[in-house]
Amino acid sequence: MQQAPHGAGSGPTQRNAEIGVAVLTLLFGLIVIYGSTLVGIGWGSDGPQAGFFPFYVGLIICGCSIINLLHGLRENPTELFSEWSQLGQVLRVLIPTAIYVALVPFLGIYVPSVILISVFMKWLGKYGTPLTLAVALGVPAFFYITLERWFLIPLPKGPLEAWLGL
Amino acid sequence: MFENFINLYHGFHIAADPFNILLMAVGILLGVIIGVLPGLGGANGVAILLPLTFSMSPTSAIILLTCIYWGALFGGAITSVLFNIPGEPWSVATTFDGHPMARNGKAGEALTAAFTSSFVGAFVAVIMITLIAPLVAQFALQFGPAEKFAVYFLAFASFVGMSKEPPAKTIVSMMIGFALAAVGLDMVTGQLRLTFGSTELLNGFDFLIAVIGLFGIGEILLTMEEGLEFRGKAAKIDPRIVWKTWKTLPKYWATSLRSCIIGCWMGITPAGATPASFMAYGVAKRISKNGKNFGNGEIEGVIAPETAAHAAGTSAMLPMLALGVPGSPTAAVLLGGLLIWGLQPGPMLFVEQSEFVWGLIASMYLGNVVGLILVLTTVPLFASILRIPFSIIAPVILVICAIGAYTVNNNVFDVIMMLVFGVLGYVLKKTNYPLAPLVLAIVLGDSAEEAFRQSLLSSGGSLGIFFSNGLVSTIMGIGIIAGIWPLLQIALNRFRRVAQPA
Repeated sequence: MQQAPHGAGSGPTQRNAEIGVAVLTLLFGLIVIYGSTLVGIGWGSDGPQAGFFPFYVGLIICGCSIINLLHGLRENPTELFSEWSQLGQVLRVLIPTAIYVALVPFLGIYVPSVILISVFMKWLGKYGTPLTLAVALGVPAFFYITLERWFLIPLPKGPLEAWLGL
Repeated sequence: MFENFINLYHGFHIAADPFNILLMAVGILLGVIIGVLPGLGGANGVAILLPLTFSMSPTSAIILLTCIYWGALFGGAITSVLFNIPGEPWSVATTFDGHPMARNGKAGEALTAAFTSSFVGAFVAVIMITLIAPLVAQFALQFGPAEKFAVYFLAFASFVGMSKEPPAKTIVSMMIGFALAAVGLDMVTGQLRLTFGSTELLNGFDFLIAVIGLFGIGEILLTMEEGLEFRGKAAKIDPRIVWKTWKTLPKYWATSLRSCIIGCWMGITPAGATPASFMAYGVAKRISKNGKNFGNGEIEGVIAPETAAHAAGTSAMLPMLALGVPGSPTAAVLLGGLLIWGLQPGPMLFVEQSEFVWGLIASMYLGNVVGLILVLTTVPLFASILRIPFSIIAPVILVICAIGAYTVNNNVFDVIMMLVFGVLGYVLKKTNYPLAPLVLAIVLGDSAEEAFRQSLLSSGGSLGIFFSNGLVSTIMGIGIIAGIWPLLQIALNRFRRVAQPA
């Protein structure tokens, strides 16, 4: 939506990004206002109601978002936010991380960490298997020993840890 | 005044405990590593390590965490000088002359100058804290809710006036923070608000998660986009170079002094270390007689920003301790830590927990001495950490961030929130929204709102309460001037141009 095709540039423009963010903050402000009205924005028997403060916060967000939106519209339309190839780089980190984060509730933190580090080193770093395995297993093992054993801070564990009896 | 020195003396007894000295050394080393690694900085580094300190005594815990902060301040200089990559935003200005010096084969001199001036800046700031903080705290004891809100107002207004980002963006970012802080249980009425029926949002947004996401994950994404290449210069510091550089430093006492003043001022008002370093660099460039050579490896161009950044970073602790208003994101995280340990920051801290406060202040003196010695002796080690390729470091940092986010509340949902904040941080950073006000607003949102509502309650809803006596009007007045400072400056320039037609 905000990444309108543009002839010269090979990527979304800074102008569109600014407009997109301003629209998003405006939406956020509207949600805050709506949420505040749900709990009351006026004066109750015991003073300001729960929505009193956030209501004005929401109003200010909307007001300033509109200013930002107008500024955004006046931006130079040729300046790039970032090139597609650069955004690709970002996605190469973001997608594995998103999968990692999604796996943590089911598999605990150790198994996904091993997978994340291996994928990164193999796929992005093109490292050999021995080094990859050493780092991918070594780092979680290090955290297991320091956190769970020394500091007695439990980390999320999944079926594998249960099977191993850790 | 005199009793402060007695208190400080007792503080040194606490801080000089062998266990605490060990914690200082550990903290500084961890801090330098955090400062050197991309994606880990003072704020999120302290946030990640905070849960580890829950089992320690508050004094030992805060010594460890503040030393991590000092270490991160030192560490930022290493990457700036050797790799031209600012490890922290406040060391951007250090790259301007630090890296050219390294390219000219004077890396040792640049690092010695950077560390020594960091030390000087921090030391001056600690002396200032020792002298002024108790006075401020005593003064603040008479604050009612209206004055309290006025102080918050001043803090946030100076963000708007002093940040280099457009004011409307600063305000949006700050207000998003306030809105996020409001989510969940309302402390006054006990009502749920802005949760829209979601049980995950019952407890609201934890600012530690926001810090880890915004600064940690966001930073990794930015680094990835820029396609990081480490082309570092070798660092060798031997005692001869240190000694030689030290002999030249007293020449630049005027630059140091100016930078200290800039840094202390910018640190107390929550403008923070980053603008302080730029401002000090700019001023030094304008005043110095070598000003034209700035950018080509002038040692003064390293001294000025480093002194100011450390002075600002250290003096950010003053308002946090004395008023409960942190002057920087990292100070905000430390404030969150105090709350978790059951200590209420603010003026009463000096009365009720005087041992803790003075132990902390004494540890700032010792920590910086320990830090200077440690960093001067261990630079090559840290430079080698930087040579570990990004494709190994990045996933490890992601894992560290995830573990850090989880351990805050032992909640896997927080890990997901961390990623959301990370993407948000990346987008906001790319579109020039400042992140520091957002974090401070999440931390201070509840207290600011409480002060606001209590004031209005006592005045029956009239905003006049914020101008009802000399004290509160003065603070509000300064706040308003700080907030509209950019507008005033434009008006002033226009007025001058009209007055003196060229």
